[in-house]
Amino acid sequence: MKNKISVNVNGKQYEGEVEGRELLVNFLREHLSLTGTHIGCDTSSCGACTIHLNGHAVKSCTVLAVQADGAEVTTVEGLATNGELHPIQEGFKEEHGLQCGFCTPGMMMTAVDLLKSNANPTEHEIRDALEGNFCRCTGYHNIVKSIQYAAKKMNGATA
Amino acid sequence: MIPISFNYKKASSVDEALSLMTDDAKILGGGHSLIPALKLRLNSVDTLIDISKIENIKGINDNAQSVTVGGGATHASIASNSALAKAAPMMAEAAHTIGDRQVRNMGTIGGSIAHADPAADWPAVLLASDANVVIKNKTGQREVDIDQFFTGFYETALADGEIITAIRIPKTAYNANSVYEKFKQPASRFAIVGIAAAAEMDGNVVKALRIGVTGLAEVAFRPMEVEKELIGKELTEANIDAALGTIANGVSVMGDHYASEKYRTHLAKVYTKRALLRLK
Repeated sequence: MKNKISVNVNGKQYEGEVEGRELLVNFLREHLSLTGTHIGCDTSSCGACTIHLNGHAVKSCTVLAVQADGAEVTTVEGLATNGELHPIQEGFKEEHGLQCGFCTPGMMMTAVDLLKSNANPTEHEIRDALEGNFCRCTGYHNIVKSIQYAAKKMNGATA
Repeated sequence: MIPISFNYKKASSVDEALSLMTDDAKILGGGHSLIPALKLRLNSVDTLIDISKIENIKGINDNAQSVTVGGGATHASIASNSALAKAAPMMAEAAHTIGDRQVRNMGTIGGSIAHADPAADWPAVLLASDANVVIKNKTGQREVDIDQFFTGFYETALADGEIITAIRIPKTAYNANSVYEKFKQPASRFAIVGIAAAAEMDGNVVKALRIGVTGLAEVAFRPMEVEKELIGKELTEANIDAALGTIANGVSVMGDHYASEKYRTHLAKVYTKRALLRLK
């Protein structure tokens, strides 16, 4: 049985028809072609599929597309505004926060969620917030630096 | 991984959800136990009834005698709640150790205790807190004492067609002085052993004590003999060591490739001691 859903993704309203069992990450990737959100472990462990659902970071492999009906979703594609990188994207670029890049969208979405609730996190708080995001290039040090860069920039200091 | 097909129904009230219940239906709270089980096809449903949009079961209300936590409250909302931080600090402490940031933003306390995973954190905490579980069904509402709620391996006192709408945490001296200590499975963050401890002290001496243990046995439990042994005593290392010998009495200890029965029992003693030494 198909269910009609209406979801605001990155500021744009989308209507769709999905089966109850369809996962939000598949809806984003396959219906909307927003392939920046990755499928990693597919078991809510690795965090590659992290998006924001109504402003909170969640793992979209463990959310049904129907659950997002009426919700606001932000994916990594929604971070930049008018072609200008979000401070977190700039941070990952400047601090070499990625190698293969597979985990990067999820890392950035979790980091933005952290910085919303804690504008000036300590290194420990950053590492704690990233416990649900795995980087298999083991680039955690530079990811932490990237988030520190973004925090500084978002707080108005010169980086 | 995609679950087997099912019908999806969104409920806008608890009454509507109850009216939609059938023998082959399941309730979707935050979905962070149920959706993985459906995806792995360990479980299947005919109809999924989504209660995650029902606003009046998500709140945390600070009352005179208790703090009432909605069944739909997320782990994240419990971790950051100031009333619970004061009335039962072990609640916030345990909430912060569940899964990870993203999981805490979706997973709910009602869903967790309905699922009753033997390694979940809430059963230990709620046993230590002497909570009451508020349950609604088609004929009305009932409250179950937490000591009667967890009945076995993934089994609870919840009957078919019932929904957990709230959990009441009494405002007691022991809940105000409570801690949670956990040895995490490094990948899943489930408890290999998790210990909640709450004590009312009379000076340096224990007046009332409740301990909840998760991860050790097939179902979370209170080690009553340990609790009893420490009443009227100071929480010194020697007194705690002397009391801990009975911690696994009468329970069926779990062993798996993460931790053997012997190692789990050892961990339970170590973590109970850590928890008790933190109580003031």
